Amino acid sequence: MNEAVKFHFVVDGDDFTSAGQASVQIKKNLRQLGISPETIRKVSIAMYEGEINMVIHAGGGEADVLIYEDRIEILLTDNGPGIANIDLAMQEGFSTAPDNIRSLGFGAGMGLPNMKRYTDSMQIDSALGKGTRILMTVNL
Amino acid sequence: MKIATIKELLDAEVVCGEDMLDREVYSACGSDMMSDVLAYVKDQAVLLTGLVNSQVVRTAVMMDMVCIVFVRSKVPTEEMVELARESGLVLMKSRKRMYEACGKLYANGLHGNGASK
Repeated sequence: MNEAVKFHFVVDGDDFTSAGQASVQIKKNLRQLGISPETIRKVSIAMYEGEINMVIHAGGGEADVLIYEDRIEILLTDNGPGIANIDLAMQEGFSTAPDNIRSLGFGAGMGLPNMKRYTDSMQIDSALGKGTRILMTVNL
Repeated sequence: MKIATIKELLDAEVVCGEDMLDREVYSACGSDMMSDVLAYVKDQAVLLTGLVNSQVVRTAVMMDMVCIVFVRSKVPTEEMVELARESGLVLMKSRKRMYEACGKLYANGLHGNGASK
């Protein structure tokens, strides 16, 4: 493939129950494209954590997945409050999620570390009061 | 370990996926925190949890798990059962508590294998 295959998703910020639908869909799309199960798992887990983060912290956002010959890029953008201290947010166990989110099984401070764990590179650009943009790459 | 053996050991009731009980499970994970589950890749695993919401099923789907056992008599919602059916996951429920359920499976040879990545 010479040009990237692109998928675009809008992540609804109002409903925690539906969070993760885009990740389930991208898993199906990647399977249809014949991507290896290991790579599919990495991409879908990283995107799933990103989706959950956008719903918890940013009132939703958008997710774009671009599939190139040698890599898959996942771009997550939101207009949320931004991340005050990215180094702190990257530490396992650090979380600013409210208690009600913890009772739903998230907010353990593992979201961003998991996104880094499953991807080959991750770049976070965040501005307080403006939003966050995260670009993750999984090499093929 | 076959899912049928897990059913027997935990005295569990199948909620959906009755036709997949002969599938093999190679590792297990017991947690109510989904991000902790997502931190470890396990091959063909079973998830034991006391948490009931759609994200439990989605987490299992993301991890390519084959079975979820709800402990402490928790009952999955219709929406969760539908999601599990679409994804080919077995759902079971057991009256046992988490500690005992995990202990039974571990003692019978199903270990965690929780190596990261």
